[in-house]
Amino acid sequence: MSLMTWIDERFPATKVWNEHLAQYYAPKNFNFWYFFGSLAMLVLVNQIVTGIWLAMSYKPDATLAFASVEYIMRDVNWGWLIRYLHSTGASAFFIVIYLHMFRGLMYGSYRKPRELLWIIGMIIYVVMMATAFFGYLLPWGQMSYWGAQVIVNLFSAIPVIGDDLSIWIRGDYVISDATLNRFFALHFLLPFILAALVFVHIVALHKVGSNNPDGIEIKKGPKGNRWSDTAPADGIPFHPYYSVKDIAGVAGFLIVFLGIVFFAPEMGGYFLEAPNFEPANPLKTPEHIAPVWYFTPFYAILRAVPSFAGTQVWGVIAMGAAIVVLFFLPWLDKSPVKSIRYKGPIFKGMIAMFVVVFLILGYLGMQPATPGRTLLAQVCTTLYFVFFLGMPIYSKMDKTKPVPERVTK
Amino acid sequence: MKKLIAILSLALLPLTGFASGAVHLESADIDLTDEAAMQRGAKYFVNYCQGCHSLKYFRYENMQKFGLTKDQIRGNLMFGDGKVGDLMTTSMPAVDAAEWFGTAPPDLTLTARLKHGGADWIYTYLKSFYVDESRPFGVNNVVFPNVGMPHVLMELQGVQEAVKEKDEHGNVHVKELKLVKPGRLSAEEYDELARDLATFLTHVAEPVKLERQSIGIWVMLFLLVFFVVSVMLKKEYWKDVH
Repeated sequence: MSLMTWIDERFPATKVWNEHLAQYYAPKNFNFWYFFGSLAMLVLVNQIVTGIWLAMSYKPDATLAFASVEYIMRDVNWGWLIRYLHSTGASAFFIVIYLHMFRGLMYGSYRKPRELLWIIGMIIYVVMMATAFFGYLLPWGQMSYWGAQVIVNLFSAIPVIGDDLSIWIRGDYVISDATLNRFFALHFLLPFILAALVFVHIVALHKVGSNNPDGIEIKKGPKGNRWSDTAPADGIPFHPYYSVKDIAGVAGFLIVFLGIVFFAPEMGGYFLEAPNFEPANPLKTPEHIAPVWYFTPFYAILRAVPSFAGTQVWGVIAMGAAIVVLFFLPWLDKSPVKSIRYKGPIFKGMIAMFVVVFLILGYLGMQPATPGRTLLAQVCTTLYFVFFLGMPIYSKMDKTKPVPERVTK
Repeated sequence: MKKLIAILSLALLPLTGFASGAVHLESADIDLTDEAAMQRGAKYFVNYCQGCHSLKYFRYENMQKFGLTKDQIRGNLMFGDGKVGDLMTTSMPAVDAAEWFGTAPPDLTLTARLKHGGADWIYTYLKSFYVDESRPFGVNNVVFPNVGMPHVLMELQGVQEAVKEKDEHGNVHVKELKLVKPGRLSAEEYDELARDLATFLTHVAEPVKLERQSIGIWVMLFLLVFFVVSVMLKKEYWKDVH
């Protein structure tokens, strides 16, 4: 009796391997955009591993935190590399996830039967934003401190319970040592919840099967390929075909990622912001407070909405709605086809507009507000919501092309 | 798709103009491989700056990285009976300093990474003090308006006065600085001193920078080979997919 048989009689190792890798049939026409799922997993592992090693020398104490980061950068063997991998990884995570989400948007990967897959992905995105927010306070620099102050203050705009809620989050009346301690605890916890959610995301994916750039259900097409008579004709085993392809994707990604780590870890002040090289000072407000680039589109939406009826809560609601609306995407899209390849000019125009608007909002969120910029942010915020809330109407009106029976190259 | 990329790159254009400072900085043109410059910069720092400013994340012994021995460091750059592995703190108590200067003199370990322009900022700052009787120490600075410190290097540089002009909005600007009383150093020698300090402080802000870049080249070379091999492997496996 072989060792594998012995194990398989007690644990379904071969069964799991086959169901999820060697006999999981993925459409054969994946393109460039399909690298980002596996890359997101790579970056998550990078964040967890480098994060654990950082935590071995980091001190979550308001009087020691800043110095402990410089200690890691200078006195810990390879500490600078571990820290740059982690700080660059945070930005890389968002780049990869934004591209992964955009892929879903282009090819209709959220459409039936993948609604839950999309929603689980959105939960991952929200948990990831929380993780990044908690983590950004830990270096205890000026921007860490004041950025956290601004974001937590958003909660105090909520009527009635707002003030108590923000004190409950901070554990104090201002961002303080108590806040730093709890943010560290949560920043350490959430990545493991993320890992669990990624597992659930993949379980859901393998139940419904992968979408593809044509938006065709290969499971509904003809059956039978070289490996199996019952598998979809347009499917190929994930392993070895996509495992080797993803390795090439990893190599390409690492050239860019490690290029930044080794040659531009500050990335011109976008990945490591200059004001964060000064320790947090509760008595000195920086001239200009802006969140890190990956939050700035939503920050711009927040600032775009004026306060009225004596409260600023409307901006907070708009910012929340900008994220919540994404959860409903599967039911907003009424187009008879899934993929952008077969959608009409209206959708193509709308998605191009959405990309431009999202980038402009991201830029505006980094800049100090001026009347002109606020007006532009208001226009972009409106268009952001038009893209989603108008979708049930324009996706029905749009002229679509006929979808082929089989996947194309 | 090409159209989309064109639109995307257009939308990103404004980002390139993101960092435009109000004050024009002179180029320090530093060379982080110039060990002699860093050694001189360390000497100037210890003699002129460390009385008030610390480098509290940097250890004396790390100056071995630019060619000094432990004995040289102990003999020439340390006062009192500290250990060579100590952090470069200042002996001025922060509480007193805050009372004397209005604000405690900041730690300078990370100045080169904190200030926009880095070495150029430090270089220009050191050259931009001018007489301003309205300030507590009689000097002001173009790069750092209403700075709280005196011009410690005045005996070396000499005294500068500001030539001011009004712009179209009626705001008064410093047009240029004029040396009205020469110091012990010539203008070229003082520039050299400012450059040495900028070089030293840039090294101190990230001592690992050169090592990081040289390791990075090997990492890139490895990855390029790995990329080619992985693409070839993919092509080999995918030969039979049609």
